[in-house]
Amino acid sequence: MTKKKKSPTDNWKQVRKRAVAVLPKEVVKLIGDVQKSDTRPRSRLITVLHRLQAIEGHLGPEELQAVALLLGVPAAKVTGVATFYHFFRTVPRGRFMVSVCMGTACYVRGAEEVRGRVAEELGIADGQTTSDGLFSLQDTRCVGTCGLAPVVMVNDDVHGNVTPSQVPAILELYRARVATPDRAAPDRPSASA
Amino acid sequence: MRDRVRASFDSLFQTLEARLEERDEPHHIRVQVGSATCENAAGSDAAREAFERSIEASGRTDVRVVQTGCTGRCGREPIVGVMVPGEMPVQYEEVDGEKAHRIFVEHIQKGRPFVEPADGPREAAPRYDIIFCRSAQCDHMRDHDVGQLIRERLAARGVQQHRARVVDANCFGLCRHETPGPSGHVLIRPVNVVYKIRSEEDVDELIDRQIGRDEIVEHLKVEQAPLSERFFQLYGGASFLYRQSRIALRNSGLIDPEDLAEYVHFNGFEALVNVLSEDDPHALIELIGRSNLRGRGGAGYPTFQKWRFGRDSLSDEKFVICNADEGDPGAFMDRSMLEGDPYSVLEGLVIAGYAIGASRGFFYIRAEYPLAISRIEKAIEVCREYGLLGKNILDSGFDFDVEVRLGAGAFVCGEETALIASIEGHRGQPRVRPPYPTDVGLWGKPTVINNVETLANVPAIVLYGADWFSRVGTKRSGGTKVFALSGKVRDTGLVEVPMGTSLREIVFGIGGGLARSRDLKAIQTGGPAGGCIPASKIDTPVDFDTLSAEGAMMGSGGMIVMDEDDCMVGIARFFMAFSQDESCGKCTPCREGTTRMLEILDRLVEGRGAPIDLVNLERLAKLVGKASLCGLGRAAPNPVLSTLHHFGHEYEAHVKDKACPAGRCPMKPVRAPAPLAEEPILEAPGLLPSRDDGDGGPPEKPDVGPDGRQPREEAPSR
Repeated sequence: MTKKKKSPTDNWKQVRKRAVAVLPKEVVKLIGDVQKSDTRPRSRLITVLHRLQAIEGHLGPEELQAVALLLGVPAAKVTGVATFYHFFRTVPRGRFMVSVCMGTACYVRGAEEVRGRVAEELGIADGQTTSDGLFSLQDTRCVGTCGLAPVVMVNDDVHGNVTPSQVPAILELYRARVATPDRAAPDRPSASA
Repeated sequence: MRDRVRASFDSLFQTLEARLEERDEPHHIRVQVGSATCENAAGSDAAREAFERSIEASGRTDVRVVQTGCTGRCGREPIVGVMVPGEMPVQYEEVDGEKAHRIFVEHIQKGRPFVEPADGPREAAPRYDIIFCRSAQCDHMRDHDVGQLIRERLAARGVQQHRARVVDANCFGLCRHETPGPSGHVLIRPVNVVYKIRSEEDVDELIDRQIGRDEIVEHLKVEQAPLSERFFQLYGGASFLYRQSRIALRNSGLIDPEDLAEYVHFNGFEALVNVLSEDDPHALIELIGRSNLRGRGGAGYPTFQKWRFGRDSLSDEKFVICNADEGDPGAFMDRSMLEGDPYSVLEGLVIAGYAIGASRGFFYIRAEYPLAISRIEKAIEVCREYGLLGKNILDSGFDFDVEVRLGAGAFVCGEETALIASIEGHRGQPRVRPPYPTDVGLWGKPTVINNVETLANVPAIVLYGADWFSRVGTKRSGGTKVFALSGKVRDTGLVEVPMGTSLREIVFGIGGGLARSRDLKAIQTGGPAGGCIPASKIDTPVDFDTLSAEGAMMGSGGMIVMDEDDCMVGIARFFMAFSQDESCGKCTPCREGTTRMLEILDRLVEGRGAPIDLVNLERLAKLVGKASLCGLGRAAPNPVLSTLHHFGHEYEAHVKDKACPAGRCPMKPVRAPAPLAEEPILEAPGLLPSRDDGDGGPPEKPDVGPDGRQPREEAPSR
């Protein structure tokens, strides 16, 4: 137990190099940090996956393999964790994630109809992405804004009290964002008026 | 020891107070803008920007915009409070940029608060509000309801409505000032003085001097400020709020959640100082025991028992965990507490850690709550900086540190053993108990897991006493419970009421009745683990035991109001779909049972059900309830069983008439129902042989392996 650290494999340098190449720098650094500071670094697997998904948008098979190598957790287990939790995605997502809240309050106030309309407008089912890569559709569990039910989230924007007839207009909002050259976000003058 | 801790805290207190004084001068006007996930979603950022712009444009330096957590009045957000010194605080609802500008011009610049018709039947603020505590726990004056008495005397003297208004409050937690004999308490806004009334003469004197001549009646005054004084001070005007009693939410919507100085100013960390300077964990556990505090996560297990077991377990390392994996659809009180008052939850966690002798604590928070996560992380950082966390806290010799771990969207992780697995970095699958986590928990060490709301109550109990807390509430469970009221009710939001308050008071008294003038059909409590209480049981007092007796459950406190347009079979199907989806797949009764129940319910709502389905459904529900491994599976049948019990006729209508009485279900034209209808589905008792629809993971890929068994193999080997 108190033995000095040994290399995990004979060709550890090569293996490590390959793994590092696959992952974003920030994630490699995070893994290094937890291995230094935490007495139980492997327990940080979920933290690492969160960071990876925040950067990459999803968790691909190569990245999962690399995390497994660097963190010293079996690859099967990393895959097991990544597929167990709803929050993690193993396939790429569209640019805009449309999440229809299916919490109880939203359900009672007609979220199913709203979801039906979104699916119809986009022509995709739950968990799918449109062929142009713009929209992904996903049910979400309660986002905790039950007072505004039913709620639709598009990326981080919350749309409250949504009726099925408002759905096309909401989606159009985001289509328009792509159609016009995407300068809006950084340039938006916040101190005007 | 006692002096050292106190001295260390005093110097901290002084530093923080000095900072507050420097910032807020007495004549400053404070504009509070709600800032929480829901407030932001409703547009509070726009309101805050509008205020900031107006202030800048006007050049005024005596107006300060402050962010606060949410008041829980979700249906009317964003909410803005304007506090002009010496005047009645005014609360505005649904404030957008334009309205914010108008508030600034009319109220702040011209000094004319305005009331809009949209705010409901609320008259212009009177000179005085007389808020009367009509809690059932107070000994009222012999024959008189004090509130009624005050009203009579005011009328007799011809005092006008705009001069004084009497408001019944539910309970403002003053009971600890009770002395034997009949008495009652009133709080006068905006002077914010609490009077104790013992006789009719006291009422007369109060009205003559305070209301009539604007004098403070010194000899009737209660010296110590009540816990919720500041709450009533700001929000006493709206019935949604003054009928509540706030203990766990005492600071939400009042203080700036990111400012330690404001928290400390309102008795923050005072409880921790008491605990550390007493230096007697056993007495602390005893105190929590006397308070009758029961776990607010749902099951209602006495908190002190957990603490005692944790304390008595011998180990070199122990942990405490704050369970903030609020997964119930329709419940958001934990989020609100973490966002609105993170320091009080943190203080509760440190006290819990001290009680059991832990050195490390964790917050396990849902990843879906980014604002709550950032506020807690910030609070932890600030506390470390001021020596309220880390080594040798407040010079007491007690070491304790906290870190945040994120959930990743698995409902089952609210179950304690699954939560522990998740923190350890595994799939969140529960294991058999015993051993309980208080013996074998995180990394095999004794671990106490408490819910957010439970911990938020702890500092208040330490500060105001166990007797006080146990008197607010019922015999078997002390204190209050926060409910997330939503669905078809007029005013949605967070409602904190004493245990034992009736459903009628919550839905009609506080929630303002049903929206769109429909009839109440049922109230669903406890989320996917709970059940539906029919309208006929509206007078049921709410606590852990009464709800269980009705086949529902307290759960974490979601309360969904449903009217005649809601179909009970549809609701049961909705929750079953949730439980089926969230079943972790480890044990067969839950994994297969929920799937089969969902299939039956799907047939029912589509009009393809057969009479035998109802028999099978009930049998399967009871079996899953008995045989499942963890709480998720054991409670999953509750929505089905309670609706079958109370609304059996709706199920029958779906089967016999192929019709949905509420008109909600997508009854499909009958497609050759023959084989399903004739054949009894469950020939033998027990579960159907699975036709293998891939749920359990097809075994043809050996490299993925049977990882469903992994947690069990790894956990005990450490």
